[in-house]
Amino acid sequence: MQQSSLINQRLASLFLVGLLVLFSPLLGLFEGAQTWRGIPLLYLYLFGVWALLIAASAWIVRGRRS
Amino acid sequence: MSASLIVGVAFAYLGLLFAIAYWADRRADQGRSVIAHPTIYALSLAVYCTAWTFYGSVGRAAASGFGFLPIYLGPTLVVLLWGSLLVKMVRVSKTQRITSIADFIASRYGKSHLLGGLVTVIAVVGVVPYIALQLKAISSSYHILVQYPQVVTPDPSLHPPFWRDTAFEVALLLAAFTILFGTRHLDASERHEGMVAAIAFESIVKLVAFLAVGLFVTLGLSGGLSGVFERAQEAGEATLLLAPTVGDYRDWFAISLLAALAVMLLPRQFQVGVVENSDERHIRRAIWLFPLYLLLINLFVLPIALAGLHLFPSGSVDADSFMLTIPMSQGSPWLALFVFIGGLSAATGMVIVETIALATMVSNDLLLPSLLRRWRRLPPEADMGRLLLRIRRGAIIGVLLLGYVYYRLAGEAYALVSIGLISFAAVAQFAPVMIASLYWRGGTREGALAGLSAGFAVWIYTLLLPSFAKSGWLPQGFLEVGPWGVALLRPQALFGLEGWNEITHCLFWSLAANVGAFLAVSSLRAPNAIETAQASAFVDVLRQHRPAHLALWRGSAEVAALTALAERFIGAPRARAAFEDYARTRGVASADDLPADAETVHFAETLLSGAIGSASARVMVASVTEEEPLGLDEVLGILDEASQIRAYSRELERKSQELEAATGELRAANLRLQELDHLKDDFMSSVTHELRTPLASIRAFSEILYDDSDIEPAERKRFLGILVSETERLSRLVNQVLDLAKIESGHADWHNEEVELGGIIRQAVESVGQILESKGARVTQSLSVGEANVWADRDRLVQVMVNLLSNAAKFVPADTGLVEVRLEAVAAGWRVCVSDNGQGIAEADLPIVFEKFRQSTGGGDKPVGTGLGLPISRQIVEHFGGRIWAESPPGKGATLCFELPRTAAPSPSSEAES
Repeated sequence: MQQSSLINQRLASLFLVGLLVLFSPLLGLFEGAQTWRGIPLLYLYLFGVWALLIAASAWIVRGRRS
Repeated sequence: MSASLIVGVAFAYLGLLFAIAYWADRRADQGRSVIAHPTIYALSLAVYCTAWTFYGSVGRAAASGFGFLPIYLGPTLVVLLWGSLLVKMVRVSKTQRITSIADFIASRYGKSHLLGGLVTVIAVVGVVPYIALQLKAISSSYHILVQYPQVVTPDPSLHPPFWRDTAFEVALLLAAFTILFGTRHLDASERHEGMVAAIAFESIVKLVAFLAVGLFVTLGLSGGLSGVFERAQEAGEATLLLAPTVGDYRDWFAISLLAALAVMLLPRQFQVGVVENSDERHIRRAIWLFPLYLLLINLFVLPIALAGLHLFPSGSVDADSFMLTIPMSQGSPWLALFVFIGGLSAATGMVIVETIALATMVSNDLLLPSLLRRWRRLPPEADMGRLLLRIRRGAIIGVLLLGYVYYRLAGEAYALVSIGLISFAAVAQFAPVMIASLYWRGGTREGALAGLSAGFAVWIYTLLLPSFAKSGWLPQGFLEVGPWGVALLRPQALFGLEGWNEITHCLFWSLAANVGAFLAVSSLRAPNAIETAQASAFVDVLRQHRPAHLALWRGSAEVAALTALAERFIGAPRARAAFEDYARTRGVASADDLPADAETVHFAETLLSGAIGSASARVMVASVTEEEPLGLDEVLGILDEASQIRAYSRELERKSQELEAATGELRAANLRLQELDHLKDDFMSSVTHELRTPLASIRAFSEILYDDSDIEPAERKRFLGILVSETERLSRLVNQVLDLAKIESGHADWHNEEVELGGIIRQAVESVGQILESKGARVTQSLSVGEANVWADRDRLVQVMVNLLSNAAKFVPADTGLVEVRLEAVAAGWRVCVSDNGQGIAEADLPIVFEKFRQSTGGGDKPVGTGLGLPISRQIVEHFGGRIWAESPPGKGATLCFELPRTAAPSPSSEAES
């Protein structure tokens, strides 16, 4: 039971990180016409961050069990 | 493309879905469930992505850039909280046998029928636009595809009569399909394994179809992701997408919040996420797999939108249809057909699950309770099961027809995404009540009713009615100027909040009204017995191992009546099987031997609530049992028992600690008493020994005098002299013993007055003077103080002085003896010292001279005196607050001193003595 509440705590922290990354004025940095190899930065940022959040949650949920 | 090809493929696909569902149901009946796998669970959650995702995301992206994304970012974040939130929901639903969201809310707040009915109405009205959206998607995609190789979107202003409208036919078809899917029999747990398997399959199909188009566009058409953007840049179009922003932050946030709530609260999401969940541990995988699905299905939205804008400049083709029209325009009809199937898959998945969930709610929480009220609790019809199934089928048809009606009334005015958001805003009204039900013990039935009604009313006013107005069914003035011209009440600029996106605006006002009304009305009264019991069952569900409300039922029941009731709803064979299973878990031979107690009644109630909802189940079971209603006190008492027990055990611990401490003290006291006992024994033996010695002499000499009458007179006189002195010694000893005993026990008489030490010394010297003279000793007095006053008993002080002087006299050497008496002032008071030049006291003996019966030998062997003088003196001196001690520097004889405090006010202790 303790293991699961630790997992929940970590997930909750990840939730807050996600809020910060996706809903704060941080987004403003990536808006506009800047591109990387022709691809708009905001596109890369949003999908990149999204993928990282998913990877982080998968890692947390796996825990130390196989 | 020929219509018959399209229709044929569509039917084939639906047939495939049905076959999968049928196969999965058969496997479940055999006990080898296919869907008990976390990946299947996560895929079934993807029913969240409907034709809206499939077609509408691209449309929205083409129009406004990233505005489509928050609908998927919200759920990505909220799943991170599912470890607690969803687990709690699932656990509660399993323990309370909850089978729909209306059931959940009604069960929490007093098992109220009215509340369940209200939630059902909100759900039906709220979801109807969403169903209309699916109908629109299927019918338009059909119309586009059938015109291949021409690429033309159907004219939205065309309104064929309904019997020739494709959408209507689609609605009927879907109704029939859903009825076949989900209402073949009445399951006690409302689980539809076949449906879940089919949904998981179609989630895969729609993802593959979307990715196929995405790859086609990115790799096939543009040679890479960057190529897509570069091409658009060169063409100088879609500037909005090339310099993207997130738009208005309020909308970005509001739509994410809406989506986060909807992913749990939409009836179909609740159905697959909570009701169909077979194992809580599956939620773990869903936490990352479901967002991964969302990411993948959104990855290519922007490239597709850009390609579409490039291929079909400025509005010639509706952006919602890019998924179809791009492959069509590039000469890939098979891809286009596959896309059509993907869209069909997305739409049918949504419709099936949503309408089954809604039909369950309508039958269990809306119609059945009112029927029960009409029949006054006990239904007259023999087979309730068939009736319920008929109600459900009717509900499915009804909901789909309502969807079609909305599509005709309001569907054309909106892009797909906007229609969907209207539904999201409706189900968001469940959020305050749902979250509160799991984390707050407060909240009453009326509060929930008030909150839901207020939120729903605001939603109708700010979103639903305007959607009719925008399609022309209500006057436009209603929107622009407000009802009766009152500008503050304009439905989309309420109370002056102008310029807001209509969804954000509605979300704000509806949630404000909802939460406000909920809290305000809930605080009008305290929760009653059943609300409190349910609150505990919901909020503490993760901490409980047994359902607590088993103890909260009192009454009597007949098992036969319960079985009969169950048979009427779920059929005789299934009811019997269920009761037999239960009997086995209770360790009883057969169902007839089951005890008619609270646990059996609870089992019957949960068995029924799977089929008819918990509120109705409670009513039905109550009609065949005789329940004694528990008052709030008893409920609280039972619930408080646990906390009381904890409090008692803490009290017990404290008391046992005190007990230990007291035992320790008692043991110490016992030891001391034993010591004192020994001391007393020593004292007794010493005293008797001392008494015996003179008595022996007295006896001996008396006998001699008695026996021998011929003793010479001189001898006789000598013997009599010894007798006299021994008797005197004996009586002196007895007196001293008594004296000491009296002083030690505190029973002595003290006559205290202010006395002058000098006078006492002189008096004592006089009375001892004779003895000293007889020994040839000299006495000197050096009294350095004139008036040394103390508060004491004169006689006793004289006694002390006499004792000290006699001691000095005892040990002073003959003829050269010198006894010095000194009186001086010291810090503590007055000090009197008596010194002699005798042999002195050994250092080891200095402290023990004041102990009872201890005597130094005075030069001879026979001890002189009683050995009690100094102890008595010590008692006396210490009684008056002073101290007495002996000093004996080597070669200088012995000095005994005592100190007494000066007279101040008389101390209360010495006052009390006299």
